Amino acid sequence: MQYQSQMAAKPYFIAAILLFVGQIVFGLIMGLQYVIGDFLFPEIPFNVARMVHTNLLIVWLLFGFMGATYYLVPEEAETELHSTKLAYILFWIFLGAGVVTVLGYLLVPYATLARITGNEILPTMGREFLEQPTIIKIGLVLVILGFLYNTTITILKGRKTVVSWVLLLGLWGLAIFFLFAFYNPHNLVLDKYYWWWVVHLWVEGVWELIMGAILAFVLIKLTGVDREVVEKWLYVIIAMTLLTGIIGTGHHYYWIGTPEYWQWWGSIFSALEPIPFFMMVIFAFNMANKRRRQHPNKAAMLWAIGTPVMAFLGAGVWGFLHTLAPVNFYTHGSQITAAHGHMAFYGAYVMIVLAIISYAMPMLRGRAAANSDKSQVIEMWSFWLMTVSMVFITLFLTGAGILQIWLQRIGENPQSFMVVQEKISLFYWMREVAGVIFLIGLVLYVISFFIGGEERTAPAKA
Amino acid sequence: MSEKFTKSMARNMFYGSAVFFFLLFLALTFDTSKALPERDNREAITTEVARGKTVWEENNCVGCHSLLGEGAYFAPELGNVYTRFGNSEEAIIAFIKSRPQDGIAGRRSMPQFNLSEEDLKAVAAFLKYASEIDAAGWPPTIEG
Repeated sequence: MQYQSQMAAKPYFIAAILLFVGQIVFGLIMGLQYVIGDFLFPEIPFNVARMVHTNLLIVWLLFGFMGATYYLVPEEAETELHSTKLAYILFWIFLGAGVVTVLGYLLVPYATLARITGNEILPTMGREFLEQPTIIKIGLVLVILGFLYNTTITILKGRKTVVSWVLLLGLWGLAIFFLFAFYNPHNLVLDKYYWWWVVHLWVEGVWELIMGAILAFVLIKLTGVDREVVEKWLYVIIAMTLLTGIIGTGHHYYWIGTPEYWQWWGSIFSALEPIPFFMMVIFAFNMANKRRRQHPNKAAMLWAIGTPVMAFLGAGVWGFLHTLAPVNFYTHGSQITAAHGHMAFYGAYVMIVLAIISYAMPMLRGRAAANSDKSQVIEMWSFWLMTVSMVFITLFLTGAGILQIWLQRIGENPQSFMVVQEKISLFYWMREVAGVIFLIGLVLYVISFFIGGEERTAPAKA
Repeated sequence: MSEKFTKSMARNMFYGSAVFFFLLFLALTFDTSKALPERDNREAITTEVARGKTVWEENNCVGCHSLLGEGAYFAPELGNVYTRFGNSEEAIIAFIKSRPQDGIAGRRSMPQFNLSEEDLKAVAAFLKYASEIDAAGWPPTIEG
């Protein structure tokens, strides 16, 4: 670690991991509710567990992105962070707001939460992923603005690299598109149309810039490959992201009351969306092959290579599977969507955050370059357990989805939703088992931080 | 990547495609806005429907159900529930009202939200409005 202020990343990473554990626990609760319908009812109804599960995911990924930014910006800009103090203050505000929100979901009925937080003044609640009380959303905007101020000033006063510039563009995009969360017209079609400007333009747009920048940073550090080469790749990848992803938003505009030409725009452009992910795979393997040093942090390298592969599978392949309008007509809003959502989020965003944590955390904890071999072995076990079980979660949900579509939407005498759900419950049981294995992987991941042993030293030249 | 393809070319490709495709997206959005009045059933949005949307949101219905295919997949699609329930707002109201407080042993059950008569009517009106949006023939069957 070259700059003292990089230490600001540490609490962000720790919070990210803790909230990740919470997210998975609630995921398992929901998975069980899929097969034992009255589990924890009425104390924690499914919708509450789901809000906690998805909101924790978003919040811990944001913690991860912020931590990654605080770690890499000083190193890229070759200067201390503008204000370390601001970074710590915002950390506590953000964590406090996150905890209060989750407690609010769990402790009072959602309608009560809406009333006591004054949702009627500016109604923004009750839409998928944007369930947070309006006042929390406003707080989130303020935290992100403070964070952007801090990092933008730092980058402007220091060395300007492509990596930090792309990261900054992605983060500003994240802040700007979130503002559409405050637009909630009575007209359901318009509401949905602009809701996607937050959700799609985040995960299939600006977040990919953030992901690309973090991946580029980690690969530069781990492989020692010339920055010029990495930066050229990064530009081409994110060019393809926006070339395909912006109009690709159209794949959400097939069946929500929007004009039918979106079926063409959405199908054609979103069919191209796997390309940037595939380029990330080629990029990562290329850099690994051309590496000029043998970095002792093998676990970080595993995450860095695994990220694009799983992102390509989850976002690229599983996205393509149901993105063409004639296919999507049958798959829309089925378990196929859930299957894709799980592997895409894990592959693209969970893994990139775990990659930067894996790379940075040893240094943040005062180690020279990497954890001990023993610790790394456990971490790599956690990589495989989580990744393979996520593949199985995705496969089981895909199986459930195919059957669901057949029984409910295609076969003769379409059957009702609840009847079909019972018929496919075997797949939900298998998904839950895979989920338990995922949790075991996550517990091992946490344990790996507490395993000492002789640490590995600075990178050796290959 | 080839040496002839320089970093500044890559950079221009990025900015070029970002700007071009965002402008194209805005143009399509503009055209969509003009086409929507024909499709989105906006003339049906009364004060009651608007209130129904608020009831829908403030009870987090989308946390279990999907509406026009978006939301959660734990409970039935509601974009066409009005037609599925025989074009009857009363049937929707009766269903919501009759949910048992403590659920159903071993099965999924919708919570009892204790909605007022006004809120019940509003949310049913909202679901009727939603069912009359032109969603290009989706869902494929009445079962949603």
